[in-house]
Amino acid sequence: MDQLIFFINKVLVAGTVLGSIYALGAIGVTLIFGILRFAHFAHGDMMTMGGFIAFVLAALCAAAGISGPVPTGFIVLPVAMALTAIIALGLDKAFYAPLRKRGAKPVTLLIASIGVTLMIQGLIRLFFGVSTRSFFETEPKKILRFDMSWLGGSRPITFTQPELLMVIVTIVICYALHLFLSRSRLGKAMRAMSDNADLAQVSGINTALVVRVTWIIAGALACCAGTMLALDVSLTPDLAFNIVLPIFAAAIVGGLGQAYGAIAGGFLIGFAETLAVFDWSVLLRPFQQWLPFEITGTISLVPTEYKLTVAFVILVIVLLARPTGIFKGAAT
Amino acid sequence: MNLIELENVVGGYGGAPILNGVNIAIEPSDIGVIVGPNGAGKSTSLKAIFGLLKVTSGTIRFNGTAIENALPDKLVPLGLSFVPQEKNVFTSMTCEENLEMGAFTRRDNFADTLAMVYDMFPPVKEKRYQKAGELSGGQRQMVAMGRALMSNPKLLLLDEPSAGLSPRYVIEIFETVVRINKAGVGILMVEQNARQALAFASKGFVLANGQNRFTGTGAELIADPEVAKSFLGG
Amino acid sequence: MSPAVTRALGLYAALVVLIIGVGVGMGIPYTTRMLVEAAAYALIALGLNIQWGYGGLFNFGIMGFLMVGGACVTFISYPINQKFWNSDGPMLLGRALIAAIIGFLLILAARNAHRIGIKGGWKTTLIVIAWAISYVVFRSQIDPATAYIEAQAGFVGGLGLPVVVGWAFGGLVVAGIAWVVGRICLGLRTDYLAIATIGISEIIRALIKNMQWLTRGTLTVSPIRWPVPLPEDYQAKGMDTFSALIYARGGYFLVAGAIVAAVMVLLIRAYGGPWGRMMRAIRDNYIAAGSMGKNVTARQLEVFVLGSILIGIGGGILVSFAQIFDPGSYQPINHTFLIWVMIIVGGAGNNWGALFGAVFIYVVWLLSEPLAQLLFGSISDWSSHVGWGAIPDIESRSLQMRVFVLGLVISIALRYAPRGLIPEVAQTSR
Repeated sequence: MDQLIFFINKVLVAGTVLGSIYALGAIGVTLIFGILRFAHFAHGDMMTMGGFIAFVLAALCAAAGISGPVPTGFIVLPVAMALTAIIALGLDKAFYAPLRKRGAKPVTLLIASIGVTLMIQGLIRLFFGVSTRSFFETEPKKILRFDMSWLGGSRPITFTQPELLMVIVTIVICYALHLFLSRSRLGKAMRAMSDNADLAQVSGINTALVVRVTWIIAGALACCAGTMLALDVSLTPDLAFNIVLPIFAAAIVGGLGQAYGAIAGGFLIGFAETLAVFDWSVLLRPFQQWLPFEITGTISLVPTEYKLTVAFVILVIVLLARPTGIFKGAAT
Repeated sequence: MNLIELENVVGGYGGAPILNGVNIAIEPSDIGVIVGPNGAGKSTSLKAIFGLLKVTSGTIRFNGTAIENALPDKLVPLGLSFVPQEKNVFTSMTCEENLEMGAFTRRDNFADTLAMVYDMFPPVKEKRYQKAGELSGGQRQMVAMGRALMSNPKLLLLDEPSAGLSPRYVIEIFETVVRINKAGVGILMVEQNARQALAFASKGFVLANGQNRFTGTGAELIADPEVAKSFLGG
Repeated sequence: MSPAVTRALGLYAALVVLIIGVGVGMGIPYTTRMLVEAAAYALIALGLNIQWGYGGLFNFGIMGFLMVGGACVTFISYPINQKFWNSDGPMLLGRALIAAIIGFLLILAARNAHRIGIKGGWKTTLIVIAWAISYVVFRSQIDPATAYIEAQAGFVGGLGLPVVVGWAFGGLVVAGIAWVVGRICLGLRTDYLAIATIGISEIIRALIKNMQWLTRGTLTVSPIRWPVPLPEDYQAKGMDTFSALIYARGGYFLVAGAIVAAVMVLLIRAYGGPWGRMMRAIRDNYIAAGSMGKNVTARQLEVFVLGSILIGIGGGILVSFAQIFDPGSYQPINHTFLIWVMIIVGGAGNNWGALFGAVFIYVVWLLSEPLAQLLFGSISDWSSHVGWGAIPDIESRSLQMRVFVLGLVISIALRYAPRGLIPEVAQTSR
């Protein structure tokens, strides 16, 4: 029983949280890819930027004495998301739209997004320094414990309040997105444009509007993901680069352009990473007598330092086996 | 007044022009058919009307309004609709969603237009919740045309609607075109199946090298031995 | 003379003036150091130019290749660690190597299982099992080996061979890695390749950082030898510090510069010849080229490997010059993006453009450090004057300015000179 609790704490909870973060980031990437046809490398930095905006707002709230039953990070989240969305629109107008107008190739846009990444990174580090920040410098994280003694466990199932809220927020957002894409006129127009941009234009769909909506959604979700990651771990300027790879992997695995695929991919990679660095020795120890080898120390599939490689390996396998992804998105 | 009028239109995709002074005019009740050899500028004329390429000189008038180089999302509300030759359905969306996209520019309730389209294309109604990509070529063409009709156009542009279809579907498509025209929609159609198409045409235009070669009613062109010899395969 | 050539000459002349200016402003020792490093970066940029400019391949894992090049030259040229060779270390490593080979053969056998009639889902299962067994067996040998080496001898040490051999070895190993990566990834579209190379670079970085038994990881390896006499050697012969620096660095520059020059000659000849034309045809329209019977993937693999060799050698040159191998010092910004800026601004597809871009951007990059500190220092003085207090962490923050400037340069270049300052000359005879 204790082993199961350990598993739930370390894998189920952690995997769900990580999967949520990856999923929200991957949705933005996949939508931008489907509609604008380029890999938005700067997405990781958009997440970091969103996280920092939320951080500043939360600090302002704390200074103004505003607080609530949930961490201030969550309270300011809607505002931060709106701000990030506006910035995303601005970035497109300044850097990507001019190139698109000239008929730039996707690769050129990728390089442009790298330029944007560097600029955002530089600015963030400039203003905030390189140190790590936490949302919880002034308020503690509430930890929720579920006593499991009634099932024979000696330890409680624990997770933090931010983690619970994160999962709730993710579910709400994903459901809202689903409704938007499947029921609303604009959402369907987005899907149409992702499917066949030329035909969408010929049908009279206002492609400029769809592009704007795409950036708004991508920006808002990126902010959400970045803030959640910062709430879960801590806020560093390096956040971005480490996360670009898993997010792109999630988007590609799920099928580029398929929002639902991005969600699935995000959770797949989140759980894969968590399982890979999980210490299986704890689970296996009670069965030691039946096992042919001795359990010493920790057994994990992949040492923690190589966590990043898990996403990458999954990506390579998927690219080799099924390049269009789980949900059959855009192909080579 | 002419529904649509191209006057000495010159244009292309950048670089050498493909259209070298094309003149086309049809009235609201016409079925206009454009035929000619490959590279004559047939599809290009349609694309010029729909703002999909650059018109460098000449005018295009729709009900008197100049529309050269206007963007599609302005043209659809005006009453034009275009069915491209290839990739003319949203394959990942259901048939009904495809039709809904056709009505994107409409702000009113389009339920009766939807009913009308389903009436005209029963197979589409049957498969309305299926993804358009799973349909056969002929059925897809119906979805494509249905999509274009959803915006209640006054002029329907069709680019080789019978391309790649089996003979049975070719006849069906042309009959459908006639029906649409009778319902009050002007038709301008590019066709490779020249003889069959001209049989329905009230106005025919034979293009070659981006210019007009012969103009007349469909019947006249079929009967003309010169046209028949050069362009209709004798 | 065509306007393009005049422009190129003008730009190069301006570059020379800039370098002289740096020499006057920052001193000759600084400038010589800058020139050596610029030469190394030029080589790396030329390598990337082959991959991107000729082949249209998006290599974003330059950092990883540089690290491998550096690790190789360290391994080859660092003095022999007797403690290692005297211990059981070599034998344990040998066993791990055998385990690896056995595992590799196992996987190879599984992949060929269809020859004995095992196909489809069964074969895939077999391959997965083979991989799993190989992984477990290898880990069972290598883990105790590495623990032992780290405990007994610190790390495997070097082979004490000449530095230039180390560079060449680096190039070779990187070529091997590039070959494997290319085989797996080259069928994919360009942006996928970008992600793939980033991932591989990160994996390489994680491996090198953590394989303390091989590279000493974050404990670093130093001092690493030069191919020419060090300043200390000249000083020992009685020269003063200043001249010693100049002579020593000058010597190093001659070696590096000679390599760059040789590579330039080879590249220019290859570019103009049939191989170069074919590569560019593939880059511009690989569908058409494929339908003409050219084996596109094989050619792309060629280009990828060739470019990687240059990158590996450049990485070795940098590490030898710095005399220290520190895996922690590699940053994607310095070692991947910087190179990309070099060829985008310089002119992708044009060797002279890549060379120009490398030197120019490197000078700008280096100068931005003192300039940024100057700028921030004066702002900080002003702000403390005004009563807002000095800017904290000014050192690290002003350095971040470089990152911003780099991004800005990319954006401006793409907007106003998308093909670079010395762009590829359009071939009139197609």
